[in-house]
Amino acid sequence: MKKMLLLLSLALLVVLASYGGAAEKVTLPIAVFPDLDGAYEQCLPLFNSEYPDIEVIINSLGIDDHHAHIVTTIAAGTGAEDVVAVEIAYIAQFVAEGGLVDLAQAPYNATDYSHSITPYALKQATTTDGRLVAMPVDIAPACGFYRRDVFAENNIDINDIKTLEDLFAAGEIITKDTTGDGRNDHWLLADAASIYDMIIHSAPELYFDEDGNCQVNSDRFREAFTWAKRFHDAGLAGAIGAWSQEWFAGFQEGTVAYEPCGAWLGGHLEGWMAPETSGKWGVAPWPALHEGEEPMAGFWGGSYLAIPEQSQNKDAAWKFIEFIATNRDSQITAFKATNAFPSWMPAWDDPMFEEELEFFAGQKARLLWTDIAKAVPGVVTYKYDAIANSIIAAELGMVLHEDKDIDRALSDAQRQIERRIR
Amino acid sequence: MEKLEAGQIKINPFRRWQKKAAPYIFISPFYIAFLIFGAFPIVFALYLSFNTWTGVAGTAIEFVGWENYYYTLTDPMFWDALKTTILIGVYSGVPQHILALFFAFILNLGFVKVKEFWKATIFMPYITSAVAIALVFSVFYSHPNGFLNYIFVLLNNIPGLSSLLSWIGLDPPVNWLANTAWMRPAVSFTVVWMFTGWNTILYLAGMQAISHELYEAARVDGARWPQIFFRITLPCLKPMIQFAVIMTVIGQMQLFDQPLILFGVHGGTGRAGYTIAMFLYQTAFNWNFFGSAASIAYVTFMFILIITLITKRLLRSHEEVD
Repeated sequence: MKKMLLLLSLALLVVLASYGGAAEKVTLPIAVFPDLDGAYEQCLPLFNSEYPDIEVIINSLGIDDHHAHIVTTIAAGTGAEDVVAVEIAYIAQFVAEGGLVDLAQAPYNATDYSHSITPYALKQATTTDGRLVAMPVDIAPACGFYRRDVFAENNIDINDIKTLEDLFAAGEIITKDTTGDGRNDHWLLADAASIYDMIIHSAPELYFDEDGNCQVNSDRFREAFTWAKRFHDAGLAGAIGAWSQEWFAGFQEGTVAYEPCGAWLGGHLEGWMAPETSGKWGVAPWPALHEGEEPMAGFWGGSYLAIPEQSQNKDAAWKFIEFIATNRDSQITAFKATNAFPSWMPAWDDPMFEEELEFFAGQKARLLWTDIAKAVPGVVTYKYDAIANSIIAAELGMVLHEDKDIDRALSDAQRQIERRIR
Repeated sequence: MEKLEAGQIKINPFRRWQKKAAPYIFISPFYIAFLIFGAFPIVFALYLSFNTWTGVAGTAIEFVGWENYYYTLTDPMFWDALKTTILIGVYSGVPQHILALFFAFILNLGFVKVKEFWKATIFMPYITSAVAIALVFSVFYSHPNGFLNYIFVLLNNIPGLSSLLSWIGLDPPVNWLANTAWMRPAVSFTVVWMFTGWNTILYLAGMQAISHELYEAARVDGARWPQIFFRITLPCLKPMIQFAVIMTVIGQMQLFDQPLILFGVHGGTGRAGYTIAMFLYQTAFNWNFFGSAASIAYVTFMFILIITLITKRLLRSHEEVD
């Protein structure tokens, strides 16, 4: 009798448990880097109102540690979170087969959204063999951040700067030695390599063409190197490394007059780098490379969300990614929280884009950024982009600082890259 | 169970095994950890060096034989990195030991008061995190307004000194971390600062093992301090010098933390600070060439082995020769 009761109660428990199982909570760990952690925490209430049974756990590491963590967990085959954030600079490392899920395939069909996602961002996360390894969630259209007061002091109108030649001429006026010690202390730029970055981040092709041939020996690269060297040799750049104390000081004191960077720099300047300079800045599109051309439109950052192949919760993971990437409210929430510029184009209709930004002396900067975002050329990612980037960066350094001949530098780079990838 | 004879102590076979096995069980935590974190990576890396792998679990590890080794040994980037590593190794290794011998000798003489305080102070950099030190030094070296440049600009204003400085090739403010002429001395100075203390302690320990009778006999014969140092201390210290130099060689060939923090993962301008360890790290974790990286590791191991054997031979003391 007792045994019968025990069995009956066990059976009852099993039946009840199976009913509970239908509304079981799914735990979804996600891996991000700052400031995405803050942004997504703010999106969680919205997310949970639509998907109450998915509990999101946010794991955040510094950007370098975060990507190292992804590399090791993908190599190990376990330990990766179900959703991982990847910054554009690191995408090339993860295009190897079997690392991240191809979101263009069923059941995700992410490309169904391609009409509303910023086109270049979608292309950048696509590999040369057509796999979409990550979903764009925020973009970084790039512009020139210029100091209105410095330009006004030197009687330069930003609207007159239409080509790189004009920027160079303006630089020659702005760069000066005010303390008389024989060294310039006011410059146009922090680093001459920014000119190279401007030309390459707005280029229709990157290190490889569609067939995988290395084309760093092209005209565009040659021009990028030549221009960077010209700005450097004329002393227009302060040889200040980005993210160094001098860089922040350059913004605070107005000794750096022009910084080509992503839209997110505005948020950092206002928030902590140079808040007291509010009202002294403006944003402008980059100049054109040649006379008569359109202004260069480039990117300078961008975040993506991806699902590692090893994830056991791909369904829930995709629900989260879809929500963050294609839901107007979550895009705007993230934008308000941390200046994560929406990649979802319908979000650009929000009235906050018309806002006159006090930091830029009332300029409607966000409208400019949406215009630029539409004009950025899209370039697919090739698996050897990371190594090509390293080799080119080294050669650019040699050209700028060691006076290496540009043609030799580019052909050396081409040779090294081709050798490495054979 | 057998019946015991009178006076026989019964030992359970299990107990006997326990007694034999106990020492091994006590040291097993170390061995298990070593097998997992030491032996396995070493063996797996050897295996990987004969294959290619993109570093994604479950993807193909393709056998390629000696291809990776051939590529590494003919790779200009590898030889550049090796040259850089050896140069930085020499720039930082030699001063380390000269200074350490000097400090140890002074401390050993007994003239210095509060010896323990000085020992602790000199040793402190060794136990400080390399990353923390490198971060502080990167501010120290920063251009154009870092502390070092501030000092040099001040010195440059003194008429006599400025010609001396330009004779050396210094044109303040110097971009220590981006000017290829000064990047290696800059990182070497950081390494010297970190490791002189360790070598000082080693040499001090070695010196304290030298019998005082030798010193007394020398003083009776009228020897002065320099003579005592070169004729007595150094030769007696040879085994310790051999040990310390070999440790330095092995450490310098693997230098990674300091150049990484000071110059970034690409090794700075013209790759002047790009050591072998950084090259290995990039090849595996940035470029996904795990097989190639493993072959770099083993080729570097062979170099370290060769240099160590040469060092051992050069610095062998007379006891070893006999």
